[in-house]
Amino acid sequence: MDFLSFMPEWLITHGAAVLVIMPLLLGAITAILPSERLAWFVTLFVTVFSTVTAFAILLVIFGGETQLYKMGGWDPPHGIAYVIDGLNAPIIFLICSMALLTTLYGLKSVVAEVEPKKRAPFYAAFMLGMAGLLGMVVTGDAFNVFVFLEVSSISTYVLVAMGASRDRRALAASYNYLILGSIGATFFVIGLGFLYMETGTLNMADIGGILRNLDGGSRVSMVAFGFITVGLGLKLAMFPLHLWLPGAYAHAPTMVTVFLASTATKAALYLMLRFTFTVFDVSFDYVFTVLTFIITGLGCAAMLLGSLSAIFQTDARRTLAYSSIAQVGYMLLGVGMLTAMGLTASYVHVLNHAVIKGALFFALGAFWYRYGITRTEDFAGLGKMMPWTMGAFTLGGLSLIGVPLTAGFISKLQLARAALDRGWEWAVVVIMVSSILAIFYIGRLLLAAYFQSPPEIDGEVVERNEAPLIILIPMWFLALLSIGIGIYYSDFVVQLGQNASDVLLQGDRP
Amino acid sequence: MMDPQMSLALLLIIPMIASALIFLTGRNQNIREAISLTAAFALLANVIYLVRLVAAGERPSLLLAKFAGEFDIEFVLEPLGAIFAAIASSLWILNTLFAIGYMRGNKEKNQTRFFAFVAIAIAGAMGIAASGNLITLFVFYEVLTLSTFPLVTHKGDEKAKRGGTIYALILMGTSLGLLLPAVIGVQAIAGTTDFMVGGVFDSNVNKMAISILLFLFAFGIGKAALMPVHPWLPNAMVAPTPVSALLHAVAVVKAGVFSILKVVTYTFGPALAASSSMSTILAWVAAISIVLASVIAMRQDNLKARLAYSTVSQLSYITFGAMLASGMAIIGGALQIIMHAWGKITLFMCAGAIYTIAHRTNISSFNGLGRTMPWVFGAFLIGALSIIGVPPMGGSWPKFYLMVGALESELAILMGALIVSSVLNVIYLVPIAVRGFMRPPDNPEADAHIAEERKKHPWVIIPPVLTATGAFILFFFAGDMVDFIRPVLPGGLN
Amino acid sequence: MISAVFENYHYSVVIILMMTGLYVVFSSRNLIKKLVGLSVFQTSVFLLYITIGKVAGGQPPILVDDGHGGGHGDGKDHHAEVATNLLAGGEAKVGGAQHSAEVLYSNPLPHVLILTAIVVGVATLAIGLALVVRIREVYGSIEEDVIADLDHRYNLEGTAD
Repeated sequence: MDFLSFMPEWLITHGAAVLVIMPLLLGAITAILPSERLAWFVTLFVTVFSTVTAFAILLVIFGGETQLYKMGGWDPPHGIAYVIDGLNAPIIFLICSMALLTTLYGLKSVVAEVEPKKRAPFYAAFMLGMAGLLGMVVTGDAFNVFVFLEVSSISTYVLVAMGASRDRRALAASYNYLILGSIGATFFVIGLGFLYMETGTLNMADIGGILRNLDGGSRVSMVAFGFITVGLGLKLAMFPLHLWLPGAYAHAPTMVTVFLASTATKAALYLMLRFTFTVFDVSFDYVFTVLTFIITGLGCAAMLLGSLSAIFQTDARRTLAYSSIAQVGYMLLGVGMLTAMGLTASYVHVLNHAVIKGALFFALGAFWYRYGITRTEDFAGLGKMMPWTMGAFTLGGLSLIGVPLTAGFISKLQLARAALDRGWEWAVVVIMVSSILAIFYIGRLLLAAYFQSPPEIDGEVVERNEAPLIILIPMWFLALLSIGIGIYYSDFVVQLGQNASDVLLQGDRP
Repeated sequence: MMDPQMSLALLLIIPMIASALIFLTGRNQNIREAISLTAAFALLANVIYLVRLVAAGERPSLLLAKFAGEFDIEFVLEPLGAIFAAIASSLWILNTLFAIGYMRGNKEKNQTRFFAFVAIAIAGAMGIAASGNLITLFVFYEVLTLSTFPLVTHKGDEKAKRGGTIYALILMGTSLGLLLPAVIGVQAIAGTTDFMVGGVFDSNVNKMAISILLFLFAFGIGKAALMPVHPWLPNAMVAPTPVSALLHAVAVVKAGVFSILKVVTYTFGPALAASSSMSTILAWVAAISIVLASVIAMRQDNLKARLAYSTVSQLSYITFGAMLASGMAIIGGALQIIMHAWGKITLFMCAGAIYTIAHRTNISSFNGLGRTMPWVFGAFLIGALSIIGVPPMGGSWPKFYLMVGALESELAILMGALIVSSVLNVIYLVPIAVRGFMRPPDNPEADAHIAEERKKHPWVIIPPVLTATGAFILFFFAGDMVDFIRPVLPGGLN
Repeated sequence: MISAVFENYHYSVVIILMMTGLYVVFSSRNLIKKLVGLSVFQTSVFLLYITIGKVAGGQPPILVDDGHGGGHGDGKDHHAEVATNLLAGGEAKVGGAQHSAEVLYSNPLPHVLILTAIVVGVATLAIGLALVVRIREVYGSIEEDVIADLDHRYNLEGTAD
């Protein structure tokens, strides 16, 4: 708690607003900055500042408080309120810290992947995207969620498209993402419209209170729930609404891929949790049915089919993208259990998966940075060509499989335990089958990297060429963190998950 | 003085530090191997201290980490674990000596990596030995799998890669797919995964659930190589011989059967395990494994492959004892862990010595080799007799206990499997030594320089002679060991 | 049944527009046409929102001057109070605080919301069109089939061209 005494008082009380406004304002300014280096420094400043603030808020929240920040001093439900509690504080910190790590990484990788003229706007879009994600997580107003959702989405379309100078397929991927993302957001806003018709308010807590008084409300709120679930489902790449994801992850600049993979789907999942448990309530018949049967079923389908597709990809990034779809399935399965244990497991996996996938995509980016490698067949000999990067990739890969002493193991342990607690033995089978499929798609890459010799070009074996330090640092930070979570911080992460599930299940308490 | 908790921590710390130092000093062969040996001796001293504590009735424990909510990573040393730790640490010394001779003699590449990963594997084995609950056991089980993977694939060629892939797939697949659900299942049903004398389950627990759990454990612990999850073992034979010695006698397979024994004794409790119908089925599976693997072993010409199938067969003795779950059978299983370790490592080291000195791997080419390498073939014969179970070799005791255990149980018919297997053991092991001593050499001139070669490699000959001696001496200490093991059984079975 | 449809004809219009838009998005293979469909789809939602803000017999939500201008001193608070009441939205019968309880206003909040949504829609459309321009430059086509074909070959061969 010593850390908190260093933080100015106003930063903690206004932290919720500062977190969103800072990147929004400085992002706009960055767009017109003349120098890319300057833009990078501004981004670095914003991300460092946000990370520190978010950490301070996380500590305050961990002490058991809930922060309510009234925008402009208007009281909710009329004014817009920003709420930070045990559910979103860790996600906020996750977004800020991942932004910081990706910015560090970006110093070199953006230079390699984005055209010079576009680099300052790239950072601007990055900050806007970050502001959007933070906004949609921090706000307590349903329509505000939509606005920030679109802020983050639109900047993401731009960011993905910036990958075009490296790989022209980024354009088509970005276009697909735009179409599907807009449809998802529009579905979401239709749902909000219906909710507003039913309750006459947009404050999330207020809607929740009114709906509970109405005992779930009429068919209108039922339809609203359907639209909102589908809309958010598109955003979080819930199977079978995941079609935009592989392309966007595979062809975006690495920095964007990492940021997307470790934050965007997580923020969307947070929204789904918030809407299902706080705005709606699992005691409503329709919510219960949808979660127990549909969300769980789709989650399991994602785990199996996502992992299976991952095995047959020729592009390593697509492999990991499909793996992400499968991992979202794990999270949905935990949500579908509707028990405190299930939610804890799901939330723990949200955090762990962000760390793991971050490390893995960082490593893939480094392979491209040095050798232009993205295809699985080109992995031959990478263990000799880039031992440090491959080392981080190996740690991340083992963690993804769920080997003990890694973060992934904690998630799977929790999830399987929760499934048994719920009496779902079959779910344990699904989890384990999916883990075994993960051995195949990760093992395939690792075997090629370590057991095949480096390729020869013009009769000479390709030489060792390790990634620069500024790329290795964030990568190894995440790789070691995933081991750290597996050994020492597991209890802390699980505690975060339990806090979150406490917040979610509060409604059930008398 | 020594603190029991510190001592438990040292079980992990010594090999881990050794591994790190080996990596750092890799360039200098002598320093690297000196570190390896020093660590091995330090570990043995530490284990001896702990064994004495355990023999005095203490159960030193150490909480390593609060782990994911209701799970803890905790060390509690009890007799079975102490035995496993003692075997692993003592054989680590001999294996290191042998590895130095073998690796130098055959000019293997990446020796630093080899010694470093062996040290990590030992740390994994120590973790398994000292594990105080199932989740800890599982964690170190996987550490062991992963750390031995680079050892199996040491040669790095296509064959090694294939063997390594099968090794990793079977061991990881069974552990993640069957063992982990079983561990979590125990937690869900019993509310704890701690090891307790007499088991953790209530007497009114669902019998069906127990049967399923027992099944998951028996096949989920793939390292025990119960058929049909045994293929990883013969495939792992592509590794250099010191690795095979380590895998087949010390770390990996013993970790597997030790886990099964521990689970039956401490998680289910012998009474509950014996009353489950699944244990009868699994005892049959184990008996079939014993005979079938012996038959397959007979048909192998490659010495290491024959030894591998022999191992599959011998490991099933322990699973068999665990599934009978009577007092005699469990003691027999525990003794078998010790005796087989000493016997089998002798055989593997002899195989390695023959390969290093004479560059031969196939049994059919051993004619007359015993005359030029009398010590090696002598050691081989003693090891083989111990495996077969001929008194006065150490290996005779576990066979005796297991047979009595089988006779006492309702499965007396399965004693037949043990007898058949012993006969088969004689058929596939003894003729190797006989061929070496009795048959005339195929090509006397070629064997002449073997005698020269022999003098260059003392360190591949001395360790198997030492382990063979050990296999013989252990015969006289069986009584002490039985007394040491007895406290693991709940009151009714003593 | 039929009468219900006609009484709620505005919903029918919204639904028809919405389905038309979605159909165009999914059936068309031309990137521009898909964007057109997307815009139609989004516009239908704007209509949905605007129609729910209408209160039968309601006035435009502009404060009726009832002669109580209020002193300069409390003017600010007064306006704040009114605005607060207006934002309450759902309860459409909002009076200018305690002064004129009879006046019936339409609910202005959905309009405000949808203004934001329109801006978002325009931005999305702009980005989409910009992307199509870039795609046309790089791929030489705006037909999805052609692009997918080129990408497929790219995937197989690992190079552009």
